[in-house]
Amino acid sequence: MKHHDLPKGEGLREKILAGYPAKLAKKRAPQLVVNQKDAADNVPPVKANVRTTPGIITQRGCCYAGCKGVVLGPTRDIINLVHGPVGCSFYAWLTRRNQTRPPTDQDENFMTYCFTTDMQDENIVFGGEKKLRAAVQEAYDLFHPKAIGIFSTCPVGLIGDDVHAVAKEMKEKLGINIFGFSCEGYKGVSQSAGHHIANNQLFKHVIGRDDTAPAGKFNITLLGEYNIGGDAFVLEELLERCGFTLVATLSGNSTIGQFERAHTADLNVVMCHRSINYVADMIEKKFGVPWFKVNFIGAHATAKSLRKMAAFFGDAELTARVETVIAEEMAKVAAVEAEIKPRCTGKTAMLFVGGSRAHHYQDLFSEIGMKTIAAGYEFAHRDDYEGRKVLSTVTLDADSRNIEELDVERDPKRFRQVLSDEKRQKLAAVNFEFSDYQGMMPQMDNETLVIDDINEQDTQRLLELCRPDVFCAGIKEKYGVQKHGVPCKQLHSYDYGGPYAGFKGAINFYREIDRLVNTRIWSFIEPPWKTAASPTLEATYARD
Amino acid sequence: MALLRHTTGTVTERQALTVNPAKTCQPIGAMYAALGVHNCLPHSHGSQGCCSYHRSALTRHYKEPVMAATSSFTEGSSVFGGQSNLLAAIENIFTLYAPDVIAVHTTCLSETIGDDIPQIAAKAREEGKVPAGKYVIHANTPSYVGSHVTGFANMTKSLVTYFSDWSENRLRTVNIIPGWVEPADMREIKRLAALMGVEIILFPDTSDVLDAPQTGTHEFYPRGGVTIQALRRTGASQATIALGPTASAPAARELEKKCGVDSHILELPIGLRATDAFVDTLRRTAGVEVPAALVEERGRLMDVITDMHQYFYGKRVALWGDPDQLVSLAGFLADLDMKPVYAVTGTPGRAFEERMAKVLAGRVPEAKIRQGPQADMFLMHQWIKEQGVDLLIGNTYGKYIARDENIPFVRHGFPILDRVGHSYFPTTGYMGGIRLLEKILGALQDQQDRNCPEEAVELVM
Ligand code: SF4
Ligand code: SF4
Repeated sequence: MKHHDLPKGEGLREKILAGYPAKLAKKRAPQLVVNQKDAADNVPPVKANVRTTPGIITQRGCCYAGCKGVVLGPTRDIINLVHGPVGCSFYAWLTRRNQTRPPTDQDENFMTYCFTTDMQDENIVFGGEKKLRAAVQEAYDLFHPKAIGIFSTCPVGLIGDDVHAVAKEMKEKLGINIFGFSCEGYKGVSQSAGHHIANNQLFKHVIGRDDTAPAGKFNITLLGEYNIGGDAFVLEELLERCGFTLVATLSGNSTIGQFERAHTADLNVVMCHRSINYVADMIEKKFGVPWFKVNFIGAHATAKSLRKMAAFFGDAELTARVETVIAEEMAKVAAVEAEIKPRCTGKTAMLFVGGSRAHHYQDLFSEIGMKTIAAGYEFAHRDDYEGRKVLSTVTLDADSRNIEELDVERDPKRFRQVLSDEKRQKLAAVNFEFSDYQGMMPQMDNETLVIDDINEQDTQRLLELCRPDVFCAGIKEKYGVQKHGVPCKQLHSYDYGGPYAGFKGAINFYREIDRLVNTRIWSFIEPPWKTAASPTLEATYARD
Repeated sequence: MALLRHTTGTVTERQALTVNPAKTCQPIGAMYAALGVHNCLPHSHGSQGCCSYHRSALTRHYKEPVMAATSSFTEGSSVFGGQSNLLAAIENIFTLYAPDVIAVHTTCLSETIGDDIPQIAAKAREEGKVPAGKYVIHANTPSYVGSHVTGFANMTKSLVTYFSDWSENRLRTVNIIPGWVEPADMREIKRLAALMGVEIILFPDTSDVLDAPQTGTHEFYPRGGVTIQALRRTGASQATIALGPTASAPAARELEKKCGVDSHILELPIGLRATDAFVDTLRRTAGVEVPAALVEERGRLMDVITDMHQYFYGKRVALWGDPDQLVSLAGFLADLDMKPVYAVTGTPGRAFEERMAKVLAGRVPEAKIRQGPQADMFLMHQWIKEQGVDLLIGNTYGKYIARDENIPFVRHGFPILDRVGHSYFPTTGYMGGIRLLEKILGALQDQQDRNCPEEAVELVM
């Protein structure tokens, strides 16, 4: 199929909606939007962060997965104890492939372990607090960790175990930091609620506990980078070469100690806006540290983000160093780009994943000449699609209202005005947006299709109607997509490849996509005797 | 450097904490069993997360699409119950995905709430949400009871409860319940029965479902799976052979109770003597002779055993996984003169220890065998730290121990997340026994080749 024949825009949208009975189509319609930008980059609204209809085969997971799996999972020296029956903890055991690199073999690393209270019948009937208390004690006796996080799963909320009370009691008893998360799976409508809860608890119980001033000159904290496939390692190295000092990463390759000092940086840069924007906002409110959005996925996006960070500090030497690094790295990138781009140009991609990657990875595709024709998030909110400017118009429904919104006040002693009003104005004059995220849609072409919370039904229709050259999604979609004869790239796990962040990562990704869209393997699916060119039977062998 | 750097050789008894579990939760077993029914969509009645995790785990294990729906509970449903969610789900599933059967399993959440699935399903039928000739079946699968194997057993039993029909006209067929084994094993069991000329009904049957070919077309319901018609006829079969007491006995007993079909409950046919028991039982039940071709397969397995005995003899092995697998594996290893010294399963139940004692028959007096919540991989690793082993056999999570301790490792059981082959090549039957030995020998001999002094490298082994 030639690309100009492909159904697109409203025609495509209607064809997808036609797959639903009227009642469901009506419900689904506001979640399928044809992109249309005006001069000010205003885009049509997307209904997002709403419940998935029961029975629909969705990509989404639960609040607990967002809290324990995403945000807290990558920190190596905390014991994440899951209070619940065995499964919730088992499935989150090493499956997100956050890498970590303890500096010595004396350093703690609990990420290879799975801890659970493995609740049994009697704990459900008579309550599980006693068992939880004992489990915390046993974990302490065995491992002597610096901190223990306790995660509530669905049944825990229902039987009313007070994990926070147990945490408080055991914290006092053992003298280490112990805190709970009410992240029962049924909260909110997706993993997103869990991100928020994780942000809240980290802010309440960890961030700000250690005021030790960082040693560097240009101190930053990287928020929303989880070190899948070693992304954070690439960025750590890159930032150091440029002259920045990384105080903490939330939460790739991190330690609890880094979190405790996260507020001491002068700038927070945010990668995955969806999962961590709450922490960025709260740190700013309480401690005065400004934040802005960056993107280290894509070589050009990386260069742009580094320049923005250098501009923030406004130091000539830093700027020069950043430019040198960019020049060196871009030369390497350009060589690979030149090799691969001609083979990929004009090919099409669809991205349906997560809460930021469906946006970020579009940069990488466009760098090698590929077009994103449809995209959407699994658990994002309207601001991730349309930009934070719509925040004031987002209405909170019952599911969101149930997630606590912390009341954060300026810390009378520790608030620092990192950015003078004068400097802020100066930067604003050169289009420097603080505390902002433009969202995915302003970057996408008009007439492309945006689908929120895509499901199996939509995926099948999209593949049949448009047959993209590559479809990006997660593990549950991967093999179904490929059974269509379309390669699927996982953007949660990177298909056990990567890193894809920074310049080095961009090169890896170009090569990976080149492999996926230009291999001949897909052409062998049809056996030779089934192809039109194959001759018909020539002889009869033992016909009767 | 060590991956599991906090594991020490000092064992302290734990009462409350499970570390690195050797089991997972019931619903995933129910989902796996339901996938072995033709045109069936498994449905997880609870919050989205469980379903997402179960689908992901099965997908990673099989590298195949795993379709299942969820009731997508919200906080409201957890307060008011999940009836309206399930009613909506049933309606939407039949309209959008048109299965013949929806196999509902519960989760911890809906179990704790106490949702009455049959009552909700009846209501759905009353309200016209279930098309004529279609079914909604269910199994209760609270994860705070049993393990993933229990979930498999419960859903398999439900197939009987919902579909098996009593009949005075007995058919020639024999029912075989394969237990929680791979699609390849289910295919192998069918092949063995065909070789012996016995007509069987195998249920559940995930072959041609979770090993579907790449054709360029996505079949939402792949070709395989036991059909409803076949399930109905199980009630009129001559007998039932249940392989693996933990996974298969409940369904076999239910068939006996409901339809008067005699049952033979055997260990999984992994290894020589367990396969002998299966073949012999099938021979007697169906009144057939064991064909020469099968006797030859057995002979080939015997040949490998006698040829390579020196490499097996006295080797210490640690095992973890599910009771049915562990009992047969341990028995096989002991028959080879290997020493299954450690075995842990998170699946609770005293019967496991008794079954192990029976197959080991006192030949490995030093064996440490444990079951239940604290019989986890952490404990097993601690034992290994105390006194080492020559070989590890179990699921993918063993790779961390294998690397830290530099121990050869054969993957077996669920889940295997990092290798392929388990869904295509059986480990049951005589030929499966050869494959298992090939893997064990390969692991042990590779280790010897890599680690022995240079002058001791053997060309011929
Ligand atoms: S809540 Fe229960 S059913 Fe769901 S994943 Fe956790 S243990 Fe399994
Ligand atoms: S029980 Fe709840 S917390 Fe656990 S996986 Fe299921 S939805 Fe998530």
